[in-house]
Amino acid sequence: MPDGILLEYVPILTLILVGLGIGGVALIAPQLLAPKRPSRRKQLPYESGMIPIGPAQRRFPVKFYLIALLFILFDIEIIFFYPWALQVRSLKTLALVEMGLFVLILLIGYIYAWRKGAFEWER
Amino acid sequence: MAWLPLLPTLILTAGALLLLLAEAFRRPGSAAGMAWGALWITALGTGATGVLATWGPLEGIYRMVLWDRGAFWLSLTILVGTGIAILFSQRYLADRGIERGEYYAFLLLAAGGMLLMAVAADLLVVFLALEWLSFPLYILAGFARPQPESEEAALKYFLLGAFASAFLVFGIALIFAGTGLTNLSDLAAWLRRPDPGAQSLVWIGGALLLVALGFKAAAVPFHLWTPDVYEGAPTPITGFMAAATKTAAVAALIRVFWTGLGPAMDLWAGPVALMAAATMLVGNGVALLQSSFKRMMAYSSIAHAGYLLMGLLGEPSLALPGVMFYLLAYSIATLGAFAVAVRMAGPNGEDQSFGAYAGVARGSPGMGAAMALFMLSLIGVPPTAGFFAKLMLFAAAWQAGWIALVLIGVITTVISAYFYLRVVVAMWMDRPEPRHLPRPDPGARLSMALSAFATLFLGVLWLMLGGLSL
Repeated sequence: MPDGILLEYVPILTLILVGLGIGGVALIAPQLLAPKRPSRRKQLPYESGMIPIGPAQRRFPVKFYLIALLFILFDIEIIFFYPWALQVRSLKTLALVEMGLFVLILLIGYIYAWRKGAFEWER
Repeated sequence: MAWLPLLPTLILTAGALLLLLAEAFRRPGSAAGMAWGALWITALGTGATGVLATWGPLEGIYRMVLWDRGAFWLSLTILVGTGIAILFSQRYLADRGIERGEYYAFLLLAAGGMLLMAVAADLLVVFLALEWLSFPLYILAGFARPQPESEEAALKYFLLGAFASAFLVFGIALIFAGTGLTNLSDLAAWLRRPDPGAQSLVWIGGALLLVALGFKAAAVPFHLWTPDVYEGAPTPITGFMAAATKTAAVAALIRVFWTGLGPAMDLWAGPVALMAAATMLVGNGVALLQSSFKRMMAYSSIAHAGYLLMGLLGEPSLALPGVMFYLLAYSIATLGAFAVAVRMAGPNGEDQSFGAYAGVARGSPGMGAAMALFMLSLIGVPPTAGFFAKLMLFAAAWQAGWIALVLIGVITTVISAYFYLRVVVAMWMDRPEPRHLPRPDPGARLSMALSAFATLFLGVLWLMLGGLSL
């Protein structure tokens, strides 16, 4: 592999090193500099200002998996819209048709999920 | 008309989406209408394939898809397999109480991905098609869901399949890193340069592709998922996987290794030959020890992957039609056998052990005769289609100088007669009173008759059309 290709990655290497440096300093500096006066209340796990109740690892309803699945279907697909929106003027009608088809397929999935009762929490 | 090579895929995919919509608004009850819809969509796709057959090589979508003779035969095999699988599914699902309309939508989606594989001309399309055909199959393998075997099959297939996909992606990435190409014919041109220079990335990438595609085609040593998945999946899906998925996997092997890495054949011929020999020996050898029809057919499917891999090494002018015809003959015989097996399942459960087949042919001689015919075709006894298929593959490998491989092929073929005929012997000669009566199923009976007809006459028809030019 020619050296030129590797040289192009120097900025990325710099970014990694800088990131590691900032993260490392942020972790290590408080250990060295901060005053330490522990009390019982300070040692408790913290959750939005509340004292946590029960163990952290609990079983939760399998319905949430369905929610996660629907999230992927309808929310993450939005990512495809951003680059498309930037380029749609130069790509002309074809891009519009393609996005229309994409949305149509999503819509079919939506109708299917709706009719099958995926949005009803109590069932 | 850049998208014309995609026409069969698009028809099946649009059909699957329509079926999904229909399922959303369908009144509860029999899903026979869905089966008919799926059958019509498959027929429409077959029609489109037939229309495209007369067209010359068609490239499209930035040279990512290619329609040629090979694509036609592969598509036809896949569509025939899909149609027959739909025919013998409906009553089985109803009797097992797992009749859900989504079944047909997933079946068509899987077939759509397989059809895309048949026209793939770019490594990325190969990857897309492989994922596309795999995902519906993962779901279909687990379709008999409350049953633990079916769930196990789905999970096993999914985890191992995802693992194999990772190999495929990494192989594609390495080939891209080494050449900057993903187009298969460009890759072949790159390999044909007078001084290709260092190719180690391409070799490693090619090896990873062989692993991933060997997994999908169920070639030894990547076959271990096959028996469990085939046994646990609903029986019609097992038949579909054994026929159509095998065709799609071999299509991928043909595209990647003949079209793409063809000029480097000297490099991959050795590993593929070893894989072919191991697959033939292990597949046929372990099939001898099975006591269940579905597991036996799983090892049979492994063994046939070995013969097809051997065909991949053959003299191209003989091997290309040879592999195409082998896939068609093998698919039809396998689907026919599964059409018989599907009828062995009733509302009380399903018993696919050889014991359950005992004496069945006495009550229904048609079924016994058909099963005998399919098994003879899978062995390769003349004048069935399987004989001509095997003859062509062996001839192709012989002409290319793979004599040891052909000998292994002939010996394992003789061995295979034992386990293929065992079920026939059980059906005809064991015990006078059958324990199970085959259930009436017009769809399965029709697909059995069609397969039997094709198995009997396909080879002779092929001869008459001059497909075999020794």
